[in-house]
Amino acid sequence: MRRVLYLLPVLIFVGLTALFLKGLTMDPRQIPSVLIDRPVPEMALAPLPGRGADTGLSTADLKGRVSVVNIYGSWCIACVQEHPTLMALKQQSDVPIHGIDWRDDPEQGAAWLKKHGDPYQRVGSDPAPGRTAVDFGVTGAPESFIVDRNGIIRYKHVGPITPENWRKTLLPIIRELEK
Amino acid sequence: MRHLALCALLLGLGMASPAWAVNPDEMLKDPAKEARARELGRELRCMVCQNQSIDDSDADLARDLRLIVRERIDLGDSDNDVRRFLVERYGDYVLLKPPFKSSTLALWLGPPVLLLGAAATVALFYRRRRRTTVTPAVEVPLSPEEQRRLDRLLKETGQ
Amino acid sequence: MIAETGHFALVLALAVAIIQASVPLAGARRGKMAWMAVAGPATVLQFLFIAIAFAALTHGYITSDFSLMNVASNSHTEKPLLYKIAGVWGNHEGSLLLWVTILALFGLAVTLFGRNLPPGLKARALAVQAMISIGFLLFLLLTSNPFQRVDPPPFDGNGLNPMLQDPGLALHPPMLYLGYVGFSMAFSFAIAALLEGRVDAAWARWVRPWTLAAWVLLTGGIVLGSWWAYYTLGWGGWWYWDPVENASFMPWLAGTALLHSAIVVEKRDALKSWTILLAIITFGFSLLGTFLVRSGVLTSVHAFATDPARGVFILLLLVIAVGGSLALYAARAPSMKLGGLFSPISREGSLLFNNVLMSTGAATVLLGTLYPLIADAFDLGKVSVGPPFFNSVFLPLMVPMVLVMALAPMMSWKRGDLPGVLGRLKIVAVISVLVAAATWQLQGGAAGPWWSAAGLGLAAWLGLGTLADLADRIRLFQAPVQAPFRAFALPRSTWGMMVAHFGLAVFIVGLTASSAWTTEKVQTQKIGETITIAGYQVTLKGVEPVPGPNYIARRATFEIARNGTVIDQMHPEKRAYRNPPRPITTAAIRSGITGDLYVVIGDPDGKEGAETGYVTRLYFNPCIPWLWAGGLLLMLGGLISLADRRHRIGAPARASRSIAA
Repeated sequence: MRRVLYLLPVLIFVGLTALFLKGLTMDPRQIPSVLIDRPVPEMALAPLPGRGADTGLSTADLKGRVSVVNIYGSWCIACVQEHPTLMALKQQSDVPIHGIDWRDDPEQGAAWLKKHGDPYQRVGSDPAPGRTAVDFGVTGAPESFIVDRNGIIRYKHVGPITPENWRKTLLPIIRELEK
Repeated sequence: MRHLALCALLLGLGMASPAWAVNPDEMLKDPAKEARARELGRELRCMVCQNQSIDDSDADLARDLRLIVRERIDLGDSDNDVRRFLVERYGDYVLLKPPFKSSTLALWLGPPVLLLGAAATVALFYRRRRRTTVTPAVEVPLSPEEQRRLDRLLKETGQ
Repeated sequence: MIAETGHFALVLALAVAIIQASVPLAGARRGKMAWMAVAGPATVLQFLFIAIAFAALTHGYITSDFSLMNVASNSHTEKPLLYKIAGVWGNHEGSLLLWVTILALFGLAVTLFGRNLPPGLKARALAVQAMISIGFLLFLLLTSNPFQRVDPPPFDGNGLNPMLQDPGLALHPPMLYLGYVGFSMAFSFAIAALLEGRVDAAWARWVRPWTLAAWVLLTGGIVLGSWWAYYTLGWGGWWYWDPVENASFMPWLAGTALLHSAIVVEKRDALKSWTILLAIITFGFSLLGTFLVRSGVLTSVHAFATDPARGVFILLLLVIAVGGSLALYAARAPSMKLGGLFSPISREGSLLFNNVLMSTGAATVLLGTLYPLIADAFDLGKVSVGPPFFNSVFLPLMVPMVLVMALAPMMSWKRGDLPGVLGRLKIVAVISVLVAAATWQLQGGAAGPWWSAAGLGLAAWLGLGTLADLADRIRLFQAPVQAPFRAFALPRSTWGMMVAHFGLAVFIVGLTASSAWTTEKVQTQKIGETITIAGYQVTLKGVEPVPGPNYIARRATFEIARNGTVIDQMHPEKRAYRNPPRPITTAAIRSGITGDLYVVIGDPDGKEGAETGYVTRLYFNPCIPWLWAGGLLLMLGGLISLADRRHRIGAPARASRSIAA
């Protein structure tokens, strides 16, 4: 009994070491979304000015087809970096991409699309304080959600979509959902 | 993301930015409701900052959440309703005081268990000491030179 | 050239450390005095080489040598000289160099002041010290070389985060490191004692002053850090239970326990193996802090730029140093002789009681700090553990500790007389309850938090209990005339204990009052408008731009009046730094014994001309200066105790010389 007591500190330390080793392989900043496998939040977002027949983005628009919802804003630097990938996807892919212009003046959000190109089918405006974005559990831009044909959120991607992570991660999930 | 990493790199010590907390234009008219909002804000985590509450942070998202918390309170939500509202969107991660549930059992029960364990060890220590007076020493005895040195020291330092 | 010299000096220091870690140890095993004597000159040489390296890096910072990557990424020509120097340790590599410099300094101190240490113990302790040194020098040279060149050198540096350009923070890391590294002395002596298989009163007497010195410095470092947070962050918070703060608090708690259990070893030759374990744990917590801050396993507001390769290296260090020591402990400690007997109700018993609470407290902080990592590793989901958790779990643990703190010094060794001691504290108990009741009454009952009354009652119990103990010891009421002489004759260690315990009482007042009754007014204030807070009339008189050395400030003038009479002017600033560009709020603080008036100026509301209003934040933080006073008293108590002839680091050496003469 006494021996065990003296061994206890080193045993606890071994446990801690195992924990730290595991910790070094994990990223504490990665926070999985709690909305996975839950329906898209109720929303009825107004369209951006000058986007023709677009009527904005509402919950019902996301039913019937697997789609991607992309959160962006004209103030967002990483979105500029992501944008060429989205433009290329518009040309090459059949997956509809919808945008939510987050924490933004609709005029500026529209002007930004004019300048950098417009990859979206539908765009909804979600000015500050970004109630819809909060409903989506958004923590920053860009973020993208894969929504299945029943309007259920299946995947959340944080940060810019690149050709590589589209090919390796996002597209396989979409293809699986389209089956 | 890369931008963030770059910032952290440049700053070396990436300290908390000065916190300006709540701004006058965000505040509720009713002081009682505002006080509740402040209290709640202090236990909600600013998701984009590190270990700051939304009440301490000047991040845009923190401001949005402060406004939304106030909206909910104005709509008549209880404090728990507001917490639930945010947990449904951001998970338990948003709560700086983790809820008591199976995944946090070890966290909440850890300290009392540790205390009981320590108390039991000490109790055992006293009991054993009462039973055994002196256990035989397995120590190296002092050499005569060392003994002299020790005696001298003890005498010199007034003991 | 100078930088290369510094780099080379580090390599030489490593070579010396390897010799210092091996030869004296082998000498101690075989009883060869000459081999053991190698340790002395080795510490001198090691310190010399590391000091050269440190001087070389400092030279790089002072002369803004941007061909050094470290200088280029952390300094800037425009920075004031003080912050150029502070920039040396304001980054990962430089702070690590500071770490090894201090470690070498302590090794040197053992050689200089430890002439009278038993040669075997000294040789072993210095060898252990050198092993730690080897680990950190390798870490520096292999993963974090501060002398890395860049080619071509940039035209100017990136600058230091302006939040760190502050006198309080320039001094904070060196003090903290002096504390962390100071605990390595207790650690090395503990390992040496385990290797020798002998722990006795003399051992405790050698270890205590080093632990005390490290504890004083760590306390200073923590207080300085809190004070800095208080006046820079712009809203009066001073402790956040952030992982990095916890990383400094855990060794402090363990070190405080060590300080107290070493007394039992010294006086009563008991609790020996527990004290050895505490010495290992205390330094282990210091290393753990280094790991947590630099590895990126936890998110923290003030972590260093993190790098997994460095994380792996420190983890390895941690495993060798702490894991190895704990294994040695498990092997050797069971055969350690049990010392003097004592009853649970005794001085030793109460010290042990508080040791239990203190270590449970440290373990609780560890659990809370690591829980997000634990939950993640076991796939329990992401959780945050913030201030509400620590406040509701850690603080209650400290209540029984403070209760016993007033009793313990009155207890006699071996077997105490609890009813007798309680009898002597009867009046103190009555007054404490009255203080609690008065607090409750004054705050308007449930209008304030329930714990404020408990907090102030507890502070009164500890503060007055300490004074009652003093009065007893000098027989103030029995023989008042001789009392001052008796007070003078009390050992300094007793005075140190009483000052430190009283300091904690003062601290508790500050903690309770500032947490319970802070008042705050946040508003848009026009020029000429007056806001009343805590009985002060605060008028915004004007706002003008003022240039600083590397920033431009928006400086506000507030006029402070009480009952219509102007008593002061306050000038908070909002500064826009240039390199790197960052806005910083500098609060204006008017301190008084009842609390601080704390004024912050924010942004204009955008209205034109005379209509312009500014966001202003006015706080009254009650009793905040009591926190700093309490911290200073804790340090002062440590210093007084350190001045006790029994504890003076150099005392044994002098004694032996006088005999020789």
